[in-house]
Amino acid sequence: MSLLKIDSLTQRFGGLQAVSEFSVDMQGGELMGLIGPNGAGKTTIFNLISGFYQPTEGTITLDGTPTAGLRPHQVTSLGVARTFQNIRLWHDMTVLDNIRIAQHYRLGYSVWDSVLRGRKYHARETRIREIAEELLEAMSLTDVAMELPKNLPYGVQRRVEIARAMSVQPKLLLLDEPAAGLNSADVEDLIKLVRWIHDHFDITIFMIEHQMKVVTSLCQWIKVIDFGATIAEGTAEDIQSNPAVIKAYLGDDNI
Amino acid sequence: MDFIIQNILNALQWGSFYALIALGYTLVYGVLRLINFAHGDVFMVGAYIAFFVSGFMLGDTLGLSPTVTFLCALPVTMILTSLVGVTLERIAYRPLRRKGAHRLYVVITALMCGLILEYSNLAVLGASRLKFPELIHKTVWNIGGVTVTNLKVIVIVTAVLVFLFLNFIVTRTKIGMAMRGISYDKFAIPLMGIPIDNIIVFTFILGSGFAGLAGLLFAMSYPILEPFMGMLIGWKAFIAAVVGGIGDIKGAFVGGFLLGFIEVGVVALPFLESTYRDLFAFTILLIILWIKPTGLFGMPQSTKI
Amino acid sequence: MQKYSLNVLMAAVAVLLLVMAQFKIIDNYIQAVIMYVGINIMMSTSLNLVNGNMGEFTCGHAAFMCVGAYVSSILSVLFFGNKFGDPIFPASMAVVVFPVIVLLGGAVAALSSILVALPSFKTRDDYLAIITIAVNYMVISAIENMDWIGGSRGFQGMKDTVWAMRDTLSAPWMLLWVILFTAFTIWVIRRFITSTYGKGVNAVCQDEVAAEIMSVNTNKIKTVNFMISAGLAGCAGGLFAHIVGYVNPQSFNILKSTEAMVMVYLGGMGSLSGAIISAVLFTGLMEVLRSAGVIKWVIIPLMLVLIMQFRPEGLLGNKELSDVFPKLKKFYTFK
Repeated sequence: MSLLKIDSLTQRFGGLQAVSEFSVDMQGGELMGLIGPNGAGKTTIFNLISGFYQPTEGTITLDGTPTAGLRPHQVTSLGVARTFQNIRLWHDMTVLDNIRIAQHYRLGYSVWDSVLRGRKYHARETRIREIAEELLEAMSLTDVAMELPKNLPYGVQRRVEIARAMSVQPKLLLLDEPAAGLNSADVEDLIKLVRWIHDHFDITIFMIEHQMKVVTSLCQWIKVIDFGATIAEGTAEDIQSNPAVIKAYLGDDNI
Repeated sequence: MDFIIQNILNALQWGSFYALIALGYTLVYGVLRLINFAHGDVFMVGAYIAFFVSGFMLGDTLGLSPTVTFLCALPVTMILTSLVGVTLERIAYRPLRRKGAHRLYVVITALMCGLILEYSNLAVLGASRLKFPELIHKTVWNIGGVTVTNLKVIVIVTAVLVFLFLNFIVTRTKIGMAMRGISYDKFAIPLMGIPIDNIIVFTFILGSGFAGLAGLLFAMSYPILEPFMGMLIGWKAFIAAVVGGIGDIKGAFVGGFLLGFIEVGVVALPFLESTYRDLFAFTILLIILWIKPTGLFGMPQSTKI
Repeated sequence: MQKYSLNVLMAAVAVLLLVMAQFKIIDNYIQAVIMYVGINIMMSTSLNLVNGNMGEFTCGHAAFMCVGAYVSSILSVLFFGNKFGDPIFPASMAVVVFPVIVLLGGAVAALSSILVALPSFKTRDDYLAIITIAVNYMVISAIENMDWIGGSRGFQGMKDTVWAMRDTLSAPWMLLWVILFTAFTIWVIRRFITSTYGKGVNAVCQDEVAAEIMSVNTNKIKTVNFMISAGLAGCAGGLFAHIVGYVNPQSFNILKSTEAMVMVYLGGMGSLSGAIISAVLFTGLMEVLRSAGVIKWVIIPLMLVLIMQFRPEGLLGNKELSDVFPKLKKFYTFK
């Protein structure tokens, strides 16, 4: 069974066709890229997958479960985590709290437990803290665990956001332009980090990225969309020489 | 039938007051995204200003006739009330805006300014109610069993004229364009060479001036003044603005009349006591906002990620 | 030791107050002020849960206090008074039943908060503010139209329960209950907001979209938060009704809500210790200014205006006392 199966997904906002007939089938374990010019509808696709929008047409199936009608937090609990184009951490809570809260769907205790604090509460909280600390350790963020994200450098914030997404323990990780706003040294680190996450946690990654360096060095398969429609897909080499892609990015030669 | 027409007239009159005040709320909100909670109390201050101005004009020093007094008191009240509004903006809101304070702090400041206006009035003038003098000789026309007073007609016509005037200002003039611009992007507007502070002051002048006008007309229609008269009517006018879709001139106008009709309708229904008026007005508001959270004419703001 | 030092200190102070009240060392006036402090702490900390921690702007908190006050008053009169027929419980039961009455009032208040919680799924900020104001007016107006509980004339008879407790055993009962319920409020709120579950509330405040996408069920947590907040305000209302022995819908109007807001923003949004401190200061200030009459209501708003101008984050900001004075951590862990 495929992990993520999107079948002719279409999204309209009023008269605007943001995504049209988008399909993808990820078996699990891939590292796939989604590229396209600005406004092509890439983030919209991510928003549709994570349940933030309900698709106008088409179906999204996660691990055999159709996500139609589910709210974003329910989709996330099926094993999809994502990051955002502009970092959306909870800036006034410590990094550790950020990581802990993202495990909300499997807290395993109720409001009453949080007030009465029986054995179950303590066991669950300890477990959640352990998971968070392990993750911070693995992503070498232990030093900043008690810092507020707003006080951290941009590159570290990106890492924290990826760590927060990972604390959901996803099967599918959606990265929305993880390299945006990073300098070249940070980009190198990011490439290593994403590859490491992919291998170490054995998860599927679907990423939007503008920097071709990141995409070509990471992604095994790339889909290119423009004006909501898929115009090409293939390996990095295929894409780079594809005339339709060059046209979409650079425009027509004979103007 | 007479009964219905009579009530429609009453509803139009009440709606006019709500609409006049709601327009002030919506103007300021449309420009600054600020709920000027003090606006209801600016209306109250307007009524008091009208009282003192007309008292002075009718008094021994000037001894003007009531009609002349009305004509003179009208602009004077509007100017003085708009001064109150501008003063509020200058001393309370502008420093906060300059500091880039969170919107919430400005809203709380507005709420507190309203309380200060109410209670300083109470402290200075005492709890005794004031009787507003009769400025226009009341003429009652009886058309087929429906009584219409000249005052009622004045109130309704004024509300409509004010609406048309404001609508013209906001949609057809350069300054109105600047006002709409500020509501989109407060930071880009000064960079385009538009004097943002002047525009905001102008907005407050308009809003408070018409609150003063509403105060004068209200005092003439219901000639008892007390410090808290602005509170409930202010809240309700605000609700009217929200139901219409706050920030939208048309919405405030329609919302004001809608609320007027709801309230008068509830009172007019034979099986309901008039004490249910507020309950129904607020329940209907709640239902409207439930179904359409941005009001009748409001545009939904889409969240971008 | 560190963990309990503050609790022990507080308990000691409470016991001392009760003993002094029992032996008439502190007079009724001071007792009343202490009780108002307790009720104001309950109001400000519970409102802080919504306005501070969740970052919503609700300005009708008194509505829930009103619901709690009326429900517990009616139950109280039903159980121990003569107004609705013979008392259901013997007077000797009052001591046991009273906290249940207050809690039931809180429970109904919590249920009534769904009126606010449901619209909050779709809307926030200004529109939600207006909904809360509307709810406040609706509650008052609804009660004013209920003649069987006195309508706008108010409702009384709760003193029967208080007297029943006193007759069973002579002790400063109301003071005791206020202290216990205040402690209960702080206990519940502190435990809720420091758990990972409750921190979801802060996540909603700081970025609701991110919270929802990072698996926080925002609708549920908002509802839970509104219900806890309203429930505790309802308990405060129940106690208030029994202290005064008389409730009137107009005593829970928008002015009362404003009082609670002043306390929250004075203390600093999202700071539990700030809300407690500001409740104490505010009650003290109200008593000091009692002789000033109406001027009081000029000074208090003016104070808040000045706070907004010069220290908009309130006394403590969103920090706790221990963050401002790190030495206190030696004695107690606030978080």
